[in-house]
Amino acid sequence: MRFLFKTDYDQDIRLFRHGGQRFWYALLGIGLVAAPWALSEYQLAQASLICIYGIVGLGLMLLTGYTGLVSIGHAAFLGVGAYAEAILAARGWPLPLSFAAAMLLSAAVGVVVGLPALRVRGIYLAIATLAFGFIVEEIITRWEALTGGNSGLPVAAASLLGRALDTTAEFYFLSLACAVLAAVVVINLLRSPTGRAFIAIRDSEISAQSMGIHLARYKTVSFALSAALTGLAGALYAHKLRFLSPDQFTVIQSIELLMMVFIGGIGSIHGAFLGAIFIIALPQAISGVRPLLPEALASAAGLQPTVFGLILIGFILFEPMGLYGWWFKTRTYFSLFPFYRRGTFKRRKAFQKSERLR
Amino acid sequence: MSAALLQVDHLSVQFGGVKAVSDVGFAVRQGEVLTLIGPNGAGKTTVFNLISRIYQPASGAIALDGVDLLRVAPHRIAALGIARTFQNIELFENATVLQNLLIGCHTHRATGLWQELLFLPTVRREERKLRERVEQVIDLLDLQHHRDSLVAGLPYGVRKVVELGRALAAQPRLLLLDEPSSGLNVEETDDMAFWIQDIRDDLGVTVLMVEHDMALVSRVSDRVLAMNQGEVIAHGTPAEVQAHPAVVEAYLGKAA
Amino acid sequence: MQLLQILVSGASQGCIYGLIAIGFVLIYKATETVNFAQGELMMLGAFAGLAAATLLGLPYWAAFLAAVAALALFGLATERVVLRPILGQPAFAIVMVTIGIGYVARGLITMVPAIGTDTHALPTPFQDELVRLGGLVIGMEHVVVIGTTVALCALLFALFRLTKVGIAMQAASQNQLAAYYMGIPVRRLNGLIWAISAAVAAVAGILLAPITFVHANMGFIGLKAFPAAVIGGFGSLPGAIVGGLIIGLVEALAGFYLPEGFKDTAAYVVVLLMLVVKPNGLFGETMHKKV
Repeated sequence: MRFLFKTDYDQDIRLFRHGGQRFWYALLGIGLVAAPWALSEYQLAQASLICIYGIVGLGLMLLTGYTGLVSIGHAAFLGVGAYAEAILAARGWPLPLSFAAAMLLSAAVGVVVGLPALRVRGIYLAIATLAFGFIVEEIITRWEALTGGNSGLPVAAASLLGRALDTTAEFYFLSLACAVLAAVVVINLLRSPTGRAFIAIRDSEISAQSMGIHLARYKTVSFALSAALTGLAGALYAHKLRFLSPDQFTVIQSIELLMMVFIGGIGSIHGAFLGAIFIIALPQAISGVRPLLPEALASAAGLQPTVFGLILIGFILFEPMGLYGWWFKTRTYFSLFPFYRRGTFKRRKAFQKSERLR
Repeated sequence: MSAALLQVDHLSVQFGGVKAVSDVGFAVRQGEVLTLIGPNGAGKTTVFNLISRIYQPASGAIALDGVDLLRVAPHRIAALGIARTFQNIELFENATVLQNLLIGCHTHRATGLWQELLFLPTVRREERKLRERVEQVIDLLDLQHHRDSLVAGLPYGVRKVVELGRALAAQPRLLLLDEPSSGLNVEETDDMAFWIQDIRDDLGVTVLMVEHDMALVSRVSDRVLAMNQGEVIAHGTPAEVQAHPAVVEAYLGKAA
Repeated sequence: MQLLQILVSGASQGCIYGLIAIGFVLIYKATETVNFAQGELMMLGAFAGLAAATLLGLPYWAAFLAAVAALALFGLATERVVLRPILGQPAFAIVMVTIGIGYVARGLITMVPAIGTDTHALPTPFQDELVRLGGLVIGMEHVVVIGTTVALCALLFALFRLTKVGIAMQAASQNQLAAYYMGIPVRRLNGLIWAISAAVAAVAGILLAPITFVHANMGFIGLKAFPAAVIGGFGSLPGAIVGGLIIGLVEALAGFYLPEGFKDTAAYVVVLLMLVVKPNGLFGETMHKKV
């Protein structure tokens, strides 16, 4: 059991609270850097995808988990970032610039999508984001001159400083670097006044306003940052897949992103990455289990959506804190051993309160 | 005689057919505690909401130290030095007490978005400063035990104190307290009385308060303003107002 | 003349959207939950009708009623098993559950060997009939859609006007704890509302079957019904139908007069315009919190 004696405000402000945390994260860091030598080619490619989806998860977490603005059209930002990167890279823009441009463009689209947030909230805002998601997807499909429309757009390999990053390991390091950067930026935000302003807006808008928080400005910033992060993920996604088509960025993808973030654990940085691991691991797990199932079940196309849906429902019924909740409880069990009680995390019986008046 | 910090003149607002506030005028002097009393529905919280710019008045003027508040957007009120608590506790439920208090300091934020994204040393310094300020409030209100607790799990009495703390964290010139002792037991009300006196005497903050507990009102207020059905019916010292015939009639009804 | 033709088919499509939107609004009014599985419920209703007609060999109208009853039971069961345990969790969590239900429904239906991912036809007695009105030639299925929608709306109106269900529903959605105190059987009420919603979805599914045929992805039309509900104002039942009609008509006109691609996004452009002009929809109420 660890006792934390706080003697300095910096202990609360710092990234890592105590030596133990530093140790474990350092270990994780070493593991991540050493991965190319330990994992197979295929596993490494999956790890890159986990980093990419993790960044999307961070973006969505910032908007939905921390600012309370539900977005059902997030795949649109992914698409904008991906296509922007593909088009700029084809025109010879250097990687840092094209990434920055992709992020800026996504942020601009994010600001536009965020405009309804200034007037409406709750389900109305969610439907507005859904509407934008459809419209952006349609624009990508119809603007054939730029995006190739339904026939798709091939994308060159990422190239940094003139050298093409076409091996799996090189691309993995790029994704990893971006993921770590994104995570650090989001954590920085959350331990500073802007991040707290987001939380304030989520919990009580009237109160937040009385504290001097300009609602319109912070909501717009939240949308812009969330979209920029997702745009970064999109840029990486373009180089990973090497081929883009509009049906990769439909509303169905947006809904799956929401599910991913929820299963990971809404309201935590770890949740974003745990959700990403889940969404990449699920198809693998299902393929692994298929041989054990009866023939009719195993070959059905609907197996994956069914399992996905059941897992989501299961988590909400039994573990609303998601995968991060499991992780947190397990860790608490070991750190408090043998004093862990199941009642530690028991939820109060809650009655539904109207969320229309918030 | 101290100067008027807050000047309210001829304030009126109507909701549908109901005159919630009708030709209300008063001045809050620097460094005093002025209490608004009156039966439920008198319009006291509506006056607060007008000062906080949550509602727009139909007519009248509100000025803070000469600055016309009616030209100020709701999110700029805090920067001018006005902080408030809410009748039905509007805390940030899913955040810790510490975070709630830190959000209270928002107007004293000295860092921009880009600095915060990179967490430059300036941001770290500013965070320490804000934390020190908040710790002073925690010391004053004895909230040490609850620093890292989520507000959602706290008992009602503690939440009321956190709400007060959040308003104090903003280091306001004028503090609007909406029924600070409602729902508190005798001990907690006692503590609240001491705190209000400390706020006036030690911190030099002017307090405008809505209250129903007459004992607390008499103990703490310098002056009292009585309202009924949207209008001011009496003002003066606590003793004067409590003896005023219009006030007695408003609370107890006419003699048969 | 062609314009009228387009308007009629747009109106009948709009009625379908409206029926699905009614399902949304009912559940929202009663429990403040948004049911993302409404489209899938409609799809299940169509398949139930198909099963009743082909497997059980029932005549059309009997199959219709059987499907509606089956879906009502399914709605009741879903509410009891999945939604009741999570009452009290934040609205977002409940929305995610309905998304999960939708996924499971879609996945499971394709796993039924006879159905798979194929498109099936529901034998409808009137599907080749035509109605001639003046110079108009309208497919009978459109007329049936519009007629049934009108009848269903009248039925629902009577239900909520003449019984206490409407008021009880509103009470439970605004303050559940107080509703319990007042003796309102909140859980039974929620079950009833889900049953009614599922039944309405089933009606929509069977009415849609002759037009789009029955297949596992039928439920995606539900995504278009959201704008319909929003345009009408998310708490208003007549608004849902009006919203649906507006979307149906705009889509039909856009499909004919505007270049390709506008038809699909027309609904979404309209809803965005509505949110700019009247943020709470045509019949929605603006609610402010009193602090």
